[in-house]
Amino acid sequence: MAETYPIDDDEVSVEDIEIRLLLEAIYQMYGYDFRSYSRASMRRRIMHRLTMSGFASIMEMTDKVLRDRPFFVTLLNDLTVNVTEMYRDPDFYRAFREDVVPVLKTFPFIKIWHAGCSTGEEIYSMAILLEEEGLYDRAMIYATDIDKNVLASAKKGIYSIEAVKQYGDNYRRAGGKHSLSDYFTARYDSVIMEQRLKRNIVFADHDLATDQVFGEMHVILCRNVLIYFDRPLQERVIRLFSESLDMGGYLCLGTKESLRFSGQEDTFDVINKSLRIFRKRQFPHHA
Amino acid sequence: MGASWGGLNAYTRILSALPENFPLPIMLVQHQHASADNRMPWLLARYCALPVVAPEDKEPILGGHVYVAPPGYHMLVEEDQTLAFSTGRPVLFSRPAIDELFYSAGAVYGRHLLGVILTGANEDGAAGMEYIHRRGGYTIAQSPVSSEAPAMPEAAITTGAISRVLDLEAIGPFLAEQVAG
Repeated sequence: MAETYPIDDDEVSVEDIEIRLLLEAIYQMYGYDFRSYSRASMRRRIMHRLTMSGFASIMEMTDKVLRDRPFFVTLLNDLTVNVTEMYRDPDFYRAFREDVVPVLKTFPFIKIWHAGCSTGEEIYSMAILLEEEGLYDRAMIYATDIDKNVLASAKKGIYSIEAVKQYGDNYRRAGGKHSLSDYFTARYDSVIMEQRLKRNIVFADHDLATDQVFGEMHVILCRNVLIYFDRPLQERVIRLFSESLDMGGYLCLGTKESLRFSGQEDTFDVINKSLRIFRKRQFPHHA
Repeated sequence: MGASWGGLNAYTRILSALPENFPLPIMLVQHQHASADNRMPWLLARYCALPVVAPEDKEPILGGHVYVAPPGYHMLVEEDQTLAFSTGRPVLFSRPAIDELFYSAGAVYGRHLLGVILTGANEDGAAGMEYIHRRGGYTIAQSPVSSEAPAMPEAAITTGAISRVLDLEAIGPFLAEQVAG
């Protein structure tokens, strides 16, 4: 087994200290907790905002963050990645139809938690899928995100027509049964999702880093959120998911996300390895 | 290492020149469409004596392993020498982007890092190479004449941050020699 390659530890830079102080300042001032987020990602996004805003140092920018809420909101938008699309990873939705939906059809009622729903594209993807499978009337989707601003736009369900054109291809590859255009109304340069799709969606703000267990869920979707967390926070969140799931409930992660390094592998069975669909064990190996 | 147009061929040439006891970890980005099948690791493994890995989130970075950034994600190096991924905005239309890898690796490895910019048709990687250089790392650009698409190494060379320009055939043996010595 190869070793990790050694590097000197004496290079802890001023920048690292400044990043820590900025994240602490954000937490104390505004309550958003990014202290356990992937440091590499945080650094990139902080440096991006620093370059754009022209401050001489992160320290100077921290001063601005503490005293200027609108500036903080701009930075918040950088720190929370809100890049998403409808039927992102179409193969995942196809697998969900094939591997998960048949089991859900045996349930009288289905509770789905979509953690980190961002601007809502994947929420509507799931609502449409459930509608097409005849399940939506007995389903409730809990859509949560840390960022109230993106939740507000998720609730509106308005997307650019340019983006939606690309989603049509995803929809077909995901096994869509009709046409994506059946589910929205186009107006000028944008589309608005059909009101009826929103009937069983509850939007709520929830911070995976600090908030608690969320109901007894049959399915939890949390795709491309854990990649932004450090390992201890990942462990916390996967435990939170495990506690929020019914026995036999499904956990769906992003395609690069894994339970391998979380210490929770034994709690779940693998349903689809490459598309990261897991199922909570009825009788965990470790109590 | 980072490459775009012509990258598969360039990587094949370089990796096939490395001995199986090559001790350093190698991380590489090849521009590709987000919906591309992740076939790069499999393709490269056929020409490489080192294990080629399609990494997962939090994958530990081990010496003598080659890590290939997956389509649709930026690949970054974490302080604790694990790999992190991001679905942040594409850089110069590309995700994975070379700059994202180079910036994050430069921050963690400093002067222990060697950056290689290869053939490609845009300017991704030039800013990242500049950063690696500023952090004290060593920087190599594939010579534009030996590149299928010269724009990418040219952009990096123009920054003035390149330690050495080498023809494609010379890069693999150079790496093997430097690291052995």
